[in-house]
Amino acid sequence: MPVPKRKMSRSNTRHRRAQWKVSAVHTVPCPQCKSAKLPHAACGVCGTYKGRQILAV
Amino acid sequence: MPTPTKGPRLGGSPAHEKLILANLARELFKHGRIQTTETKAKRVRPLAERLITKAKRNDLAARREVRKTINEKDVFIALFEEIGPRFANRDGGYTRIVKTGPRKGDAAPMAIIELVEELVVEQPKKAAKAAAKKAAQKDKVAVLSGEADETTDAADEAKA
Repeated sequence: MPVPKRKMSRSNTRHRRAQWKVSAVHTVPCPQCKSAKLPHAACGVCGTYKGRQILAV
Repeated sequence: MPTPTKGPRLGGSPAHEKLILANLARELFKHGRIQTTETKAKRVRPLAERLITKAKRNDLAARREVRKTINEKDVFIALFEEIGPRFANRDGGYTRIVKTGPRKGDAAPMAIIELVEELVVEQPKKAAKAAAKKAAQKDKVAVLSGEADETTDAADEAKA
């Protein structure tokens, strides 16, 4: 069975792990209340989507 | 032939998926709007709309077809008595899906699926608009012809 020939250095390990990053959630301003909301989704603050009240606030 | 749905079945087996979708459709007709995951909302929409189309047809065959899916008598009656006639002048598009963001707990993207309210007001409005336009056009024509008459009258007067 193939096995690693050499121990992986801490540097290499840390370089590999450093590439795993989080990215910020993309948001758009709500046309009704100007707060940040997910695109193509109802606003969580005022509960509207395309001028229609969807969620109870 | 309808295109098969991509990906795994909801709930693990075809039978479970059928049950999940039937239950969701029943609850949708019962409550008018339900909150569920985006995937389930997208999958229940064609089923629910097909059932409403059958409810609009309202013959014995349609009733028996719908009864296979809707197992609650009250909902079944409401579908044929209220929901079907409500969508009489709407060809498809009886439901609306609005996304509502991730769920707390497992961050599943959620959505609300609801029956679209019947737009009785909209159709007469359109007709009224068309009528108004027609009337305006007629007025224009009348004014134009009237003006033409007036100009000829004025010319006659000038001659006299």
